[in-house]
Amino acid sequence: MKQKFTGGLPFVLAAAAVFFALREVLGITEIVNAYWQLILDQAMIITIASIGLSIIYGFCGQFSLGHAAFYGLGAYAAGLISKLYGHGNYGVFLLGLVAAAAFAGMVAFLIGRPILRLRSDYLGIATMGFGIIVKVLMDYSNKWIPATNGATGMTGVPQIAKFPAVFIVLLLVVLLVRNLRLSSFGRAWMAVRDDEIAADAMGVDTTRVKTLAFVLGCALAGLAGGLYAHRYPIVHPSSFDFLKSFDFLIIVVAGGLGSLSGTVVTGISWVFLLEVLRAVLGQSFIDFRGVLYALALILVIILRPKGLLSGLEWQALIPRHVPGARSAGRPAEPGADGSMKGGMPDAGA
Amino acid sequence: MRFPRLFALVAIVVLIPAVALSGCAGGGGKDKNTLRVGVVTPLTGDVKTFGESTKNAFLLAMEQAGVTDKGGKIGNVPVEFTIMDDRNDATEGVNVATKLISETKVQAIIGSVTSKVTIAISNVTNPAKVVQVTSTATNPKVTVEDGKRKAFTFRACFIDPFQGTVGAKFALNNLKAKTAATLYDQSNDYTVGLAQYFKEAFEKGGGKVVFEASYGKDDTDFSAVLTKIAGLKPDILYLPDYYQKVSLIGGQARGKGIKAVFLGGDGWDSSDLDFKAMDGGYFTNHYSSDDPRPEVQTFVSTYKAKYGSVPDALATLAYDATNMLISAVKSTQSNDPEKLREYLASGTFSAVSGTIKNDANGDPIKAAVILQIKDGKQKYVATVNP
Amino acid sequence: MIEAINQILNGLQLGSVYALIALGYTMVYGIIRLINFAHGDVFMVGAFVAFFSTASWGLPFYIAVPLSMAVCAVLGVTIERLAYRPLRYQARIAALISAIGVSLFIEYGTSLKFVFGPNFRVVPRPFNVAQWDVGGVQFSNIQVIVLVTVVVLLTALQYMVTRTKMGKAMRAVSFDHDAARLMGINVDAIISYTFALGSALAAAGGVLYSAAYPQINPFMGIMPGLKAFTAAVLGGIGNIPGAMLGSLIMGEVDVLSAAYLSSRLRDVFSFSILILVLLIKPSGLLGKAGPEKV
Repeated sequence: MKQKFTGGLPFVLAAAAVFFALREVLGITEIVNAYWQLILDQAMIITIASIGLSIIYGFCGQFSLGHAAFYGLGAYAAGLISKLYGHGNYGVFLLGLVAAAAFAGMVAFLIGRPILRLRSDYLGIATMGFGIIVKVLMDYSNKWIPATNGATGMTGVPQIAKFPAVFIVLLLVVLLVRNLRLSSFGRAWMAVRDDEIAADAMGVDTTRVKTLAFVLGCALAGLAGGLYAHRYPIVHPSSFDFLKSFDFLIIVVAGGLGSLSGTVVTGISWVFLLEVLRAVLGQSFIDFRGVLYALALILVIILRPKGLLSGLEWQALIPRHVPGARSAGRPAEPGADGSMKGGMPDAGA
Repeated sequence: MRFPRLFALVAIVVLIPAVALSGCAGGGGKDKNTLRVGVVTPLTGDVKTFGESTKNAFLLAMEQAGVTDKGGKIGNVPVEFTIMDDRNDATEGVNVATKLISETKVQAIIGSVTSKVTIAISNVTNPAKVVQVTSTATNPKVTVEDGKRKAFTFRACFIDPFQGTVGAKFALNNLKAKTAATLYDQSNDYTVGLAQYFKEAFEKGGGKVVFEASYGKDDTDFSAVLTKIAGLKPDILYLPDYYQKVSLIGGQARGKGIKAVFLGGDGWDSSDLDFKAMDGGYFTNHYSSDDPRPEVQTFVSTYKAKYGSVPDALATLAYDATNMLISAVKSTQSNDPEKLREYLASGTFSAVSGTIKNDANGDPIKAAVILQIKDGKQKYVATVNP
Repeated sequence: MIEAINQILNGLQLGSVYALIALGYTMVYGIIRLINFAHGDVFMVGAFVAFFSTASWGLPFYIAVPLSMAVCAVLGVTIERLAYRPLRYQARIAALISAIGVSLFIEYGTSLKFVFGPNFRVVPRPFNVAQWDVGGVQFSNIQVIVLVTVVVLLTALQYMVTRTKMGKAMRAVSFDHDAARLMGINVDAIISYTFALGSALAAAGGVLYSAAYPQINPFMGIMPGLKAFTAAVLGGIGNIPGAMLGSLIMGEVDVLSAAYLSSRLRDVFSFSILILVLLIKPSGLLGKAGPEKV
């Protein structure tokens, strides 16, 4: 069994090391300036949070529209710890990251236990409602914790999450999720996604499996939020409102549901796309950025309805010697029952 | 090792422009004396109109100083500028400011419009020693955070505590008000701040705030709180939000039979205000367009000629912010941020919104005016000195 | 006591406004099970078309309303044809993402300067506001008009869906596309028809909304759309009376919690109630539990 989890790992680590070294050299020589460094960090942070949603929705099929709320909770948790006790101390920074993931995960557990009983759109709307509640409470949070500054936004978090920290976290998260989805947990997630009743009949504890996916996914969002708070100088409630949840959803779906590589690729390219559009369009056409982004989104989804890399996985992320492993990432249709035909028979009953 | 072709495609599409752009970066000007100015303002998103006003006023001020988008000179200093969109999003604002500083290599930034984005940006400009002048970010934290002055950040507007206090004093002394109700947007620190400082000053002066309520950014129905307020019959209804929101609230308040006098802040100053709904209301502002001073009259008439509308508060302050920078360049004849900073901190500026002199925190000491909405027009009522 | 009655009336008005949008939402959902995020934007376009035709082109109100409904019906059908139909037999999420794309496209597209422009515009009301006061209980003609319109629309829709041939066809399509097609029903036509009807309803909603809250801008559809959709889910999405019931509850909860609990936390209360209702009755108040996949 050991072999199963190490396949492809040397390649991933080697590629990561090369990329890391390259980025450091380019950064130190300033061939890549501070702006593109920042964008790369942002892209990686967004990717970490998206991988979280990829677990919840892509692997386990639970439709969540409240992901930004957990991202925000993590940002506030880690930010507060670092602001109040850290003053630039890396130990406290790490503690803050752990706390961010733990806090987001805990809230996810409390809310997930009851609402994960809901299905598809109902679950989506309940998580979105939760997201809106969290945003309102963030606006109001200075009533209880003055250091958050409520609607003014929290500043004063030391900006110490630079490239190495973000990159290492991303790498660890990718490896963790890669292993998890090939473990029995991962197979249970996909079983629940593909057919919950059948999974139940096969003895999968579906509630537990769904809760685990939800908690883990939200914890990753919290982790990403913790990094964000240490990379961007202000943590503001408006950065976590419900519209931001759509960003994560778009990344996960456009990447191909159930594809870890897809999420990583679209997570990174989504951030770069928006920045490149800014540069390409220039000042007089900046108005069109939103329009072009929307058009690109519609075109991608119509041309590749299953997402860019649906069912495909970088082989480096899949172990060799496992029969059928390639198909592990294949049918990626949460709610496959729900192609648009056939509906609830009560339009006006 | 099978890389899906699509991935290769995505990688190419994303990486080539990225590398190309980072390679060719570094600002256009070869002249070592060139002052590069960046403008950060919301040209898209929910407060797009604010960004448009700001941009228009910036372009007008620059044009009058002899600088167009092809460049120009102020005295002996060649000047170039770049305008960037922040979508009124703190994350985007930081991205854009970093781009301007590290890629365009600007020495000065004008912007942004809202406090949340401006505070975020100030944490990028100050470590990089880039001068920042914001037009309309009124939160005290823009220039001073946790007791520390951010030396490179300045603004053209007065701050929330001053404006809230002026409003309260006017209500107490001129309108002889005893009771007031406040209604503000809970997610916008500008309105939260004004309401809070208004309340403090109003109660200190012997008045009583009988009702405080708030609403969300996208609410359009205020009937619940207005019905409450109608029952309390306050003398004043303080509405410190932007013109779009107060137009809606004002109309609904009269519909609920509220007779209170409306009072508000500089957010009201726009030709898009619903003058009929807000008739009789007063608001604190930076200047009056009827003011006979030449600065005011030239600005109002040239702006009108160029853009076809009366400048709103955002345009006026952006014009002032730009001119503060321009006069700093004129006097120092330098593009050195350190020299510009010194001048901005100590100089006196004769601006449309009055004479601006910065205090130790970089906050302007200047007069406020009270205007009244009357018969579809703004009418000058009084000037309040700090 | 009088104040409580007034507050309930306020909630009734807000609820009716939500219902105007929720009815269109729920119809489209009922037939193709798609959360049509662009619905709120069609609503916005409806308000703008009516605004331009009365304020700029000087058309009378009774022409402006049908005109804006017609424009939106065409818009709705076009959206369905271009952005949803190619995805009809894909996973539902694909169409949902496409809907988000369409929504963003309309918002950013119409806020361009040469389309509607980004400004907030004050809408001149087509009629004067009349305010009545009966023993302290206040109500206005706007409240009456909105409420009456909603009740008429609800009745008409309900009649159409349950009593007419077209309604029967719509119900058949919503049961099962393939079986409906076998019965000789033109499924594409029925879906187009549903979009046209839903979008025309949204346009009517937009016009009435801008009469009640006289201000429009290209992003005005997001929040009412979201609240209306939430209301539809609360009532049991896909169910027309459910949408009405959900909207009224949302309106009352919004107003009463702002009035008697905390105006700052009103969204917290309304969405908590949504979550609670779903936990107790997972398919909404009047919704039937969907068929389990076996």
